[in-house]
Amino acid sequence: MSTLLITAGRLIDPANNIDQIGDLYIKDHRIISRFNRPSDFSAEHTIDAKDHIVCPGLIDLSAHLREPGQTQKATILSETTAALKSGITTLCCPPDSLPINDTPAVTEFILDKVEHAKAATVLPVGALTQGLEGTKLSAMVALQKAGCIAFSNSQNPIKNTLVLRRSLEYAASHDLCVIIRPEDPWLQNQGCIHEGFQASRFGLQGIPKASEIIAIQQSLTLCELTGCRIHFTQLSCHESVALIKAAKQKKLPVTADVAMHHLFFTESALNTFDSTLHVRPPFRTEYDKQGLIEGLKTGVIDAICSAHQPHDADAKLGAFPSTEPGISALETLLPLVLKLVTEHDLSLSQSIAFITQNAAAILNLKEGNLSIGSIADICIFNPEQRWAVNEQNWLSQGRNTPFWGQTLQGKTTQVIKSGTVITS
Amino acid sequence: MTKPDSLQFNSNHQLQHLLSIEGLNQALLTEIMDNAESFASLANQPVKKYPILRGKTIVNLFFENSTRTRTTFELAAKRLSADVINMNIATSATSKGESLLDTIRNLEAMHVDMFVIRHALSGAAHFIAQNVAPGISVINAGDGNHAHPTQALLDMFTIRRHKKDFSSLRVAIIGDILHSRVARSQIQALSILGAKEIRVIAPKTLLPVEVTSLGVTVSHNLEEGLQDIDVVIMLRLQKERMSGALLPSESEYFSNFGLTPEKLAIAKPDAIVMHPGPINRGVEIASEVADGPQSVILQQVSYGIAIRMAIMSLIMQASDRQPS
Repeated sequence: MSTLLITAGRLIDPANNIDQIGDLYIKDHRIISRFNRPSDFSAEHTIDAKDHIVCPGLIDLSAHLREPGQTQKATILSETTAALKSGITTLCCPPDSLPINDTPAVTEFILDKVEHAKAATVLPVGALTQGLEGTKLSAMVALQKAGCIAFSNSQNPIKNTLVLRRSLEYAASHDLCVIIRPEDPWLQNQGCIHEGFQASRFGLQGIPKASEIIAIQQSLTLCELTGCRIHFTQLSCHESVALIKAAKQKKLPVTADVAMHHLFFTESALNTFDSTLHVRPPFRTEYDKQGLIEGLKTGVIDAICSAHQPHDADAKLGAFPSTEPGISALETLLPLVLKLVTEHDLSLSQSIAFITQNAAAILNLKEGNLSIGSIADICIFNPEQRWAVNEQNWLSQGRNTPFWGQTLQGKTTQVIKSGTVITS
Repeated sequence: MTKPDSLQFNSNHQLQHLLSIEGLNQALLTEIMDNAESFASLANQPVKKYPILRGKTIVNLFFENSTRTRTTFELAAKRLSADVINMNIATSATSKGESLLDTIRNLEAMHVDMFVIRHALSGAAHFIAQNVAPGISVINAGDGNHAHPTQALLDMFTIRRHKKDFSSLRVAIIGDILHSRVARSQIQALSILGAKEIRVIAPKTLLPVEVTSLGVTVSHNLEEGLQDIDVVIMLRLQKERMSGALLPSESEYFSNFGLTPEKLAIAKPDAIVMHPGPINRGVEIASEVADGPQSVILQQVSYGIAIRMAIMSLIMQASDRQPS
């Protein structure tokens, strides 16, 4: 199809400061007009988006796909399809696949699978150090040429501060963005829960907030030294927000995101040794949760990611400390954005920005907006439609969500990927 | 999802599993202790066997080594006429890669009525209770640093035999609270029974960060902490924790937190001294105290059998009355 008309939807495009009901015109995979019908336009296909919201396709800064290496948990096909049908048109996958994405061959393998899946666009994040071992730098420039968008040591923080410094220096010389999930490995100490009252009560090894705070302080000091662009991902502490705020005031090149579920859960939810709530960083206190929400409201935290980590059932069956951390979160991203609006006094446009425009800005992506001339990656959703999180509706291979069996509000109805209509 | 406390009860509000002291009420703890009292008094008779659990199969499933707890569970089950199988999994199937759930499924297939489980990870007993077939009961014989409810109950029983009224008691728990499932269960039991004060005494490295949320007062000094104390509970200090980042050395620990006759003299004159065992003489407790007149350590062991008999018979009655 070469022309597409989306009529009467509420167009929300934070990048262009648009929140208004109207039509959107697409021709040859690109957005050619908003609100005003171009003189020579005749629609070959029309979508009636009345009572629906039409926004840029969502961008997820962190979604594990598990392929190569852990296809018992998920595949590139299963997860990019689940993403696309949930409105996510672009996602970044961390480098901790098996083998680790530290050579162009792995990047190419991933992108080849992505191309065949014909679903969401995947922007691989390359390993910052070889094998994520924190000792030798990976070939970042070659990885970038192969398609890596940024570099990270993912869930394996670099222990050696000299190696961390060199990594940041090297990345900075090539203007590459480094993504850090801040965690001091010594203080993390194989913990599985926030070091708070539940850890005391259940005798579970806690992860203190100091683990995250020290890691951020260390990285910020090295950011100042090296000038490297750093994106901090999945913050969990109130104090972390204050550190990022101060760094931004100092004009350091830093950005930050928070994982969506950290805006809804605290350690109190862990009343039952429920392994679906085993996440890293752990759910912390109400004070921390409020701090993260405040960070979003004040713009200190730029974006929200799903931190999608699909697991096979076995990974979550066992005594709590022996289960694997993470939540399958692609499909709940949009409903939770809507929940953010109703529960935390954020406007819909503001909330959508966290998973479109703002996420794009962090990685200098051209996606994430409805600008004239841009590739048509669009999410159309019904904000009122309720849907049950169950076998019938779930697409990800990982069913490890705390919302299983619940009803959520907000359903993607159509997604436009590069001008092609996909019905959810 | 079931709350840990509600998981323990069947639809008739009877105790189906004993996983944690948390969620039990004073009446139930008292009932268990009262029943244990009658079992304890029968222990001196020539024939020690009762037919309460005849035809029942109990598996002692120990993923961690234990002598005292496993033996007293075995004796308790045998005195109730149950068939008992001891499985030491530390040297068995899981070392061949079998998952916890698969081990349980295999044993279930052998029509077991009750599992007594010890495991190195907190939450293991809850996990098993959530996943066993209906009608099978689980008794937690210690999971990680989380809970050891039968130990706490036998400790309460021991205290009651010496002190009667909990509401006037100040109890000190001394040592490695952080890694102690015994301490967590004792604290919960003492709270439920209405102890006047529960005081934990340890260096900060051996205390959970939010220990006061458990309802205790805290002291880092043994001399100060022992004042006005009626019951002194010493905890075992694991060998691997004696020197390293938690503590400088055995001798430094003993000089600060070891219970000597001089230190014990600070507590009330009629204070009793308890220890869940096995004791490290000269590390947390001096031999003169462990073997002294105020020590009730060996009574704890023999009461352990009576308490475990009381718990097993109570749970088995509940599962028999459970509508199928």
